[in-house]
Amino acid sequence: MLRFFLTKLAGLIPTFFGVTLLVFAMIRLIPGDPIEILAGERGIDPTRHAQLMHQFGYDRPVLVQYGIYILDVLQGDLGKSLVTKKPVLEDFLVLFPATIELSICAIIFALLIGLPVGILAGVKRGRPADHTVMALSLTGFSMPIFWWGLLLIILFSVNLGWTPVSGRLDFAYFIDPVTNFMLIDTLLSDEKGSFLDALHHLVLPSIVLGTIPLAVIARMTRSSMLEVLSEDYIRTARAKGLSPLRVVGLHALRNALIPVVTVIGLQTGTLLAGAILTETIFSWPGIGKWLVDSIGRRDYPSVQGGILMVAIVIMTVNLIVDLMYGLINPRIRHAR
Amino acid sequence: MPADPATIPAAGLAPHRPDQAPLHPAKELWLSFCENRGALAGLIIIVIVALLAIFADFVAPHAPLEQYRDAFLTPPMWAEGGRSEFILGTDDVGRDILSRLIFGARYSLVIGCIVITISLSSGVLLGVLAGFFRGIAEELIMRLMDIMLSIPSLLLAIVIVAILGPGLLNAVVAVAITYLPHFTRIARAAVIGEMTKEYVTASRVSGAGRLRLMFATVLPNCMAPLIVLATLNFSNAILDAAALGFLGLGAQPPTPEWGTMLAKAREFVQSAWWVVTFPGLAVLITVLAFNLAGDGLRDALDPRLKR
Repeated sequence: MLRFFLTKLAGLIPTFFGVTLLVFAMIRLIPGDPIEILAGERGIDPTRHAQLMHQFGYDRPVLVQYGIYILDVLQGDLGKSLVTKKPVLEDFLVLFPATIELSICAIIFALLIGLPVGILAGVKRGRPADHTVMALSLTGFSMPIFWWGLLLIILFSVNLGWTPVSGRLDFAYFIDPVTNFMLIDTLLSDEKGSFLDALHHLVLPSIVLGTIPLAVIARMTRSSMLEVLSEDYIRTARAKGLSPLRVVGLHALRNALIPVVTVIGLQTGTLLAGAILTETIFSWPGIGKWLVDSIGRRDYPSVQGGILMVAIVIMTVNLIVDLMYGLINPRIRHAR
Repeated sequence: MPADPATIPAAGLAPHRPDQAPLHPAKELWLSFCENRGALAGLIIIVIVALLAIFADFVAPHAPLEQYRDAFLTPPMWAEGGRSEFILGTDDVGRDILSRLIFGARYSLVIGCIVITISLSSGVLLGVLAGFFRGIAEELIMRLMDIMLSIPSLLLAIVIVAILGPGLLNAVVAVAITYLPHFTRIARAAVIGEMTKEYVTASRVSGAGRLRLMFATVLPNCMAPLIVLATLNFSNAILDAAALGFLGLGAQPPTPEWGTMLAKAREFVQSAWWVVTFPGLAVLITVLAFNLAGDGLRDALDPRLKR
């Protein structure tokens, strides 16, 4: 198992350096040099320009610049934001919990509905229930979620007044940021009702972000169930006279869930991409909105650092999924 | 995906008997595609959208940029205060929404076509090179694709647009680049699978050159999964380009692109639901149609599901 882990980890190293190279190259591909970008539209006089180029090390050979950048990154230094003047990593770590919280709630929503619905479709194959589930999941899969979010806001926030339109918490509450996870922080604080309010704010964004994973999970669960239900051991279980509930719930489901676990892991990329749109619609202060805003403000160090961090998060999650899969299924662990 | 009950022949359709002459492959494909009612519905919608896009000048009741000063934010025809000349209502500067949607179909379809052309051709080229030569070339190409896959496609597209600057063309290029890895991977896997077959050896022994071997002998036999991927990614391209438009990074106003229309519509969530509802509905219907057709095509092309 350790060998399997190390092989997988080693496979990530070239990818990691590739991503840093991509991110490093990005800022140099933007028309104009970094100092001109820093100066913005006001312009800058040539002597000051040369001085700053030297100060930031932009006049050195590109290879040396990349070497310095890599050393900084490995020490956790992603540069300073041009807007907040704070280290990029610091900004990222403050905002990231908001995105994780939203993503976890979205995936819980997707699982709570996607799994039962997928099982139902698999068991009732070819019946109206199956067709309905498949039609709805294909619709969910095709959903432009930025529009879906706006529709839900019109229906539930504007017309029915059930949910708040944006943000993580009502202005009436003041919560000390301890973990930056709003659900935890509100529980820790003694403000009454703030936890429920935070939960309230999470409902619509979670539904919007969870829609595509929900569709994928439902489809995957269905096809995985279909495969398992045609196995010999299921026929044996049925022949033994076990109740249908026991056959489906115990014998089939356990084995059907293995591929589903992988799919859930692979949804991380979808979630982070979806977070960009969802956070923009709901003014959710997470990394998705931060990245879009940073691009709009031409805050390139933040964009660079943010993309690198997102790529690292996805690589880590994929590694964990690989390991879990190896843990569940020894054939994969021992295959070369 | 297991065969849908919909792919089982309907009672009216005579099953193909073994003593008859074999059907032409294209006809067989068409027949098994048509048995999937969802796929057929998707295809019909695609044809309608395409016709609307081509004949937009004749079909649309108004010009897409024409502003009617007496009709700001008019609700749809059937709603209270609606006017019969603006079937789906007007936006905040008095432009007819239906006409803008019809012209918008042009943008979405052209975006899809260009994205698929770029990513399919370059992806196939890279994939064939990787699968044919193996070794260092393969390692380099596939590592690059791994890197691109470790960044969510929408985020990568946003970054590329940030480098190139916002605009429709740049957004199209950005989306096309993010789809490259999928095509490269599929093409490489298919080529590697084909390379061990005997007809390739036969062709090589009979003196076929490398280029001929790559593109005339092997590639045609790898096309099935690539065509399916192209259809399914067509819908993703429309979605991603609309998302970029929505974020203000794609087509710029007053272009009647569906995503760009939605970006402006956000202000009217409280007051004018029709400005928000219809552009998104257009995206959803078109994307759904391509996904239905793509699923049907995959089932029809996948030999394992053939009877």
